[in-house]
Amino acid sequence: MTAFQSSEARISGDNELVRALNDAIEDASEIVLGKKHAIRLALASMAARGHLLIEDVPGVGKTLLAQALARLLGLEFQRVQFTSDLLPADILGASVYERETGAFRFHPGPIFSQLVLADEVNRATPKTQSALLEAMEEYQVTQDGETRPLPAPFFVIATQNPVRQVGTFPLPESQLDRFLMRIDIGYPDANAERALLKGRDRREHLNDLAPCLTPEDLIRAQVLASKVHVSDALVAYVQAIVSYTRNAPHYELGLSPRAGIALVRASQAWAFMAGRAHVVPEDVQAVLSGVVSHRLSPVVDSPPAGDNVAEQIVQEVDVP
Amino acid sequence: MTSAELETRGWHLSFERMVWLSLSLLLVLVPHAPRMPAWISVLFLVLAGWRLYAVKTGKPLPHRYIMGAVVLATLAGVYLSYGTLTGRDAGVAMLAVLAGMKIAESRVLRDAYVVVFLGFFLVVTNFLYSESIPTGLYMLVVVAVLIGSLVAISTEPSALVPQRQLRLAAVILLQAVPVMLVAFLLFPRISGPLWGLPKDAFSARSGLSNTMTPGDISGLSLSDEVAFRVRFDGEIPDNRELYWRGPVLWKTDGRTWTAGESFRRSKPIDFARRGSPVDYVITIEPHQRRWLFALELPATIPRMATMSAEFELRSVKRVRNRMRYRVRSYTDYQIPWISRGELTEGLELAAGTHPRARELALKWRRELAHPRAIVEHALEYFRDQPFVYTLTPPLLTRDNVDEFLFETRQGFCENFASAFTVLMRAAGVPARVVTGYQGGELNELGNFLTVRQRDAHAWSEVWLGEVEGWVRVDPTGAVAPARIESGMEAAIPRTLGPGALNLQPSEPVRRAWRSLRHSLEALNNAWNEWVLGYGPERQRRLLNQFGIDATDFTRLAVWLIFCVLALLAGTSLLLSRRPRTRDPAIRAYRKFQNKLARAGLERAQGEGPLDFAKRVIRTRPDLALQVSRITDMYVSIRYAREGGDARILNRAVAAFGIQ
Repeated sequence: MTAFQSSEARISGDNELVRALNDAIEDASEIVLGKKHAIRLALASMAARGHLLIEDVPGVGKTLLAQALARLLGLEFQRVQFTSDLLPADILGASVYERETGAFRFHPGPIFSQLVLADEVNRATPKTQSALLEAMEEYQVTQDGETRPLPAPFFVIATQNPVRQVGTFPLPESQLDRFLMRIDIGYPDANAERALLKGRDRREHLNDLAPCLTPEDLIRAQVLASKVHVSDALVAYVQAIVSYTRNAPHYELGLSPRAGIALVRASQAWAFMAGRAHVVPEDVQAVLSGVVSHRLSPVVDSPPAGDNVAEQIVQEVDVP
Repeated sequence: MTSAELETRGWHLSFERMVWLSLSLLLVLVPHAPRMPAWISVLFLVLAGWRLYAVKTGKPLPHRYIMGAVVLATLAGVYLSYGTLTGRDAGVAMLAVLAGMKIAESRVLRDAYVVVFLGFFLVVTNFLYSESIPTGLYMLVVVAVLIGSLVAISTEPSALVPQRQLRLAAVILLQAVPVMLVAFLLFPRISGPLWGLPKDAFSARSGLSNTMTPGDISGLSLSDEVAFRVRFDGEIPDNRELYWRGPVLWKTDGRTWTAGESFRRSKPIDFARRGSPVDYVITIEPHQRRWLFALELPATIPRMATMSAEFELRSVKRVRNRMRYRVRSYTDYQIPWISRGELTEGLELAAGTHPRARELALKWRRELAHPRAIVEHALEYFRDQPFVYTLTPPLLTRDNVDEFLFETRQGFCENFASAFTVLMRAAGVPARVVTGYQGGELNELGNFLTVRQRDAHAWSEVWLGEVEGWVRVDPTGAVAPARIESGMEAAIPRTLGPGALNLQPSEPVRRAWRSLRHSLEALNNAWNEWVLGYGPERQRRLLNQFGIDATDFTRLAVWLIFCVLALLAGTSLLLSRRPRTRDPAIRAYRKFQNKLARAGLERAQGEGPLDFAKRVIRTRPDLALQVSRITDMYVSIRYAREGGDARILNRAVAAFGIQ
């Protein structure tokens, strides 16, 4: 194995940075037990300057994951609980008249922080949802004719209950596309669950965590990740995947060009975190389920959904 | 249609297209050029050049009347040059000029296609002259260029890139190879030429025939092909004694000599022999006929052969493969016997031929009593008159003997032998023509002679009465003694070739040269046997092994169509299923995968190379080093910025083995 590991551990640019990112993953998996892959995907999403959608039932540690990441990366953190009566201003902020100065002053909303956890995003009305999603896309907020930039790095983790629960406004496909990845955390396995039940409160543990990176480190990681080499052969693979989803009969719509770009960016981040200076097909396969599962809607009577979608694509598309 | 209209319709023959067309036709005709009068080559170049000039400058094409005049002039010119408008040589000359005219009058794309197909036809005419491997290879190149022309006239003129077109043409040719092979093997073979090849087409191919027409033997004399090799037990006789007896010809129609009726006994008579015998073994090259050659005069008959009364050796079967036979000859001999039939036939001349020769001979007969004196006198005549021995005698179109004896006086051995025999018969001396070979090249390394087609020769035998019997007279020797004493090489110096270079090569060089020559001869042999010699008999035997009845042409045609269709279907299936790759790294990696697959480690579909390597190493930790090294190289070539050397990868894969 030794020779092989050396190949995988070929450090691209910044040894320290990659190690710190991996430390962060290790530490976070101490908090959210047994979910290393989900954590890695979340971090890859951050390194790729993309937002993350976590879809899962309540109580599996969605919020905990977001908090752990914020702490480990030293990010300023805000949590917004979405409800059906939440208004756009509750997220973005509002101008309030101040009697002392006799002028309107802008009170920034919770979105003005580096990491925003939008909890149960599908419980809010479409109007509120789109306010959030616009901000996510443009990295700025325009209110009362004034444009205010959001802090950098800016990162949204939205959580979503499974769509069929009562009282939800499912995000339309066009909005889902704004999220680089959608992951599900899932129940912990037996070992992790035993450790969870025996151990002390995870939230207490959270307070013991020391940041592994600074926000500046994260920005640097984003820059370096975007420079990871994408060869022609890899582009060919991504193209093969995209055209497979467009031609296969299992999906109502194939992957959009934006999805293809997202796939490449996510793969780059994944490769960067693996310490590689170039993307290999395995990177694409690793992030595939996160990138495509919310972008492909299976035809009603064909079963593959979620992870199965990615698995099926991996099995069907030849690695060139 | 104006040229602007043509241009808009895409039919315009641009300069580039015209260059392609002219060049490809030029390439087809180049081998013909030395065989044709110079004016034909010049006319072709002028016509093609005119067309190119016209397209370059925008000048109009030659007027119809001019072209008509050229046609008439060409007909006249060909007739003047060849004395005929038909036959192989004249026909090819006509075709060459007409091809040039077609280029000159090409206006639209359709004309261009006609020119290309004319080119394909002209390719075939080259095989009327030579069916050797170099000719075949050259014609393959020419066909590629012709296909390149087809590509050129089907491509937008702006997109023309010669290399790309030639590459495409080569690819098309390669793709046609399987179909070509199938057609070659299965196309019904007919014994005898399919479309009545002109008679002269065969003169250079199979060596001596049992007829002799002016031009037959001089045609052979250009050929370096080996006729046979002789290994002597003892000393090699003097070059003057080396007459290799072949077909004996009796009958003449005034132009062509033939063997005549076979009224003679099949058993030879005994002849008086003197001196010591010469024993030797001959290895004869296949020549598709029955003649075997022996030194004058053979006293024994090899196995599987017979001997005629004129001491011709004949194989029981046609000589289709190399054959070895042993003969004993006496070079000092007398044949003191003539049959009554021979006596009459030996004096026969075709009615109404050679009046001037007969007149001369009658004069001799009146003046000289004894046949011996007549012979001497005739030889004297050849020596005294300005006769010239030449490989390229002027063409004799009327009475070939009279014309030769009294006008041109330039000839090759066949002219001399033929004229001499006619003179003798006219003078009342029974005479016959003997064909065969004379001389041979001594191989310094062994005690053997190589006799080539260019040593082909013809001479006479005259009956000088009971005492002397049949006596060999070689009129060529009277004119060109060097031909008989030192061989062809000395009589007509060759400009090139190993014989011309008066070098004494060292032993290793000679050995290398010899082995090269041997392998070339073996290659030629295989070509002759399998390509040129693939006739009905061979086809029948080959196809019988596959249970195909080659004598039934309908069934053969069905097989042919079936095989071609199967090939096409298979090819398209192959092309659609397996995406072709030129990337050497991928090819090397596939080899690697195949090696692992044979050991039961198959790469799953969609499995990345790194995952695959991990899985392999998990099952076979002993391979870890090699597998990870190869995978590492492959991944870095394919996916990394800095790449890598596919050759190193290929070597690593080649060295990779699984126990």
